[in-house]
Amino acid sequence: MSAGDARAIAAAVRSGARSARDVVEEHLARIAARDGELHAFTTVTGDRALAAADAVDRKVAEGIDPGPLAGVPVALKDNLCTRGVPTTCSSRILEGWVPPYDATVVTRLAAAGAIAVGKTNLDEFAMGSSTENSAFGPTRNPHDPSRVPGGSSGGSAAAVAAGFAPLALGSDTGGSIRQPAALCGVVGLKPTYGRVSRYGLVAFASSLDQVGPFGATVADTALAYDVIAGVDPLDATSIPDPVSATSAVLGEGVAGLRVGVIAELVGDRMGIAPDVLRATRRAADVLATAGATVEEVSVPSCVYGLSAYYVIAPAEASSNLARFDGVRFGMRVDAPTTLEMQRATRTAGFGPEVKRRIMLGTYALSAGYYDAYYGKALRVRTLLLREFAEAYERFDVLLSPTSPTTAFPFGAKTADPLTMYLNDVCTIPSNLTGHPALSVPFGVGDDGLPVGVQLLGPALAETTLFRAAAVLEAGR
Amino acid sequence: MPARISRQDVAHVARLALLDLDDDELDRATEQLGAVLDHVADIEALDLEGVPPTAHPLPLRNVFRADVVGLVLDRDEVLAAAPSAEDGRFRVPAVLGEEP
Repeated sequence: MSAGDARAIAAAVRSGARSARDVVEEHLARIAARDGELHAFTTVTGDRALAAADAVDRKVAEGIDPGPLAGVPVALKDNLCTRGVPTTCSSRILEGWVPPYDATVVTRLAAAGAIAVGKTNLDEFAMGSSTENSAFGPTRNPHDPSRVPGGSSGGSAAAVAAGFAPLALGSDTGGSIRQPAALCGVVGLKPTYGRVSRYGLVAFASSLDQVGPFGATVADTALAYDVIAGVDPLDATSIPDPVSATSAVLGEGVAGLRVGVIAELVGDRMGIAPDVLRATRRAADVLATAGATVEEVSVPSCVYGLSAYYVIAPAEASSNLARFDGVRFGMRVDAPTTLEMQRATRTAGFGPEVKRRIMLGTYALSAGYYDAYYGKALRVRTLLLREFAEAYERFDVLLSPTSPTTAFPFGAKTADPLTMYLNDVCTIPSNLTGHPALSVPFGVGDDGLPVGVQLLGPALAETTLFRAAAVLEAGR
Repeated sequence: MPARISRQDVAHVARLALLDLDDDELDRATEQLGAVLDHVADIEALDLEGVPPTAHPLPLRNVFRADVVGLVLDRDEVLAAAPSAEDGRFRVPAVLGEEP
């Protein structure tokens, strides 16, 4: 379905064989033809994209290299700030807000010659796993429009799967890149915490949030990662270590690589569907056939990651979202006093899931409960870090399912918030540890819909993840 | 087993978070937050005695930069994105005489 090939487009545009305008017009036409049905975008920036394409074409004409992503259309999750273009976080509370600055990742993509074609839909403030929490209505899965694309970066995953853009950016706080990548049959990476700047990403849970790329192929995703990774003086938590180009090592294979299959996530305790488990085991076989050694490894606290996450993430969110109070950005509900105005604005502006998480987090941090909930959750985080550190003494990468099931129908998990939260069981541990993890499509489930498997590595092991993913891509 | 969070707790938390809930919303929130907290209670099975907390995945330390003017946002552009502004400032309704 996806026609995306960022590498081929960039090569053609750089050599002058194809104009960036032609590339962008083709993608805008695809968006116009099908986004009415899929609703991957909250805003399509066609005029800006064409102007940027013309600028790229002028550079080529003048003999200036526009960069490694010359003329490549990209879709940006609508929680990444874009100067002069509305940034909504798919929330009513930011209605009308136009950021006065660009996120660092947006600047980096543009400097590499990429062309932003629009902002993509998400669960409000990135809280959800299906895009059903968007204030502007859900995105549909391009493989089956009666099903969710996953979330929270569902619009970005759907945009790549539908061929609207070969590349997209999302954010991942508990699986929000990897789970929609799995459900939409594309590649998605959550980089190491701090490897990609968060400057200009609207904060959800600051110790967990990370920006990362989606691509139709492993090579395209690696190319985007190489462009956005690296230290940023505007993000004090960004990692100063130099970035080595991952694109260069994709073909190196996995001979001698030590792969551990996370026992807790392929057992029968976590509610993983049989077809997803079969795909994961087959992925392990493919890696073994390619020369990796594959064994099971136990990471016992994985089972408790979900609980720790659903205390820590809401706690951080309750603090981060205090800034939306009708004073500095977005909408305001008028009232006689500031306090009444703030209460009325937040009550009208936030959707039910955001309110739930703010209340959950406020409760977990409140006097008398702090130690019972937040304090304990932070200790579970330490256990997870210890257990993964032990696992990475014996293994280079770990393997697990990405999501417990393939894409599910709309409404299937909305009645009870906890049911939706259980989607994140395989992806959450990497956010709590800050380690990188990648989802790569690997076959289809019993319903014919895409299955993703997850590769996990220690801090800054992105290169290894991409190498293993390339083997799985070739062997699926 | 007593509920992990009472209706009164939820009302208190909503007040702290500057959210107004009607009676139905309060009932639903009490039930839903209770279900999440019940699930979270599985942590109680773990022996966390002597395990230090981790608040952040990186060993964070202060980052310093030279004390020179760097990138700054344009004031008019920032204020243009606000619901209300006047004389180069954000404008809000009355703040004096309110309950704290």
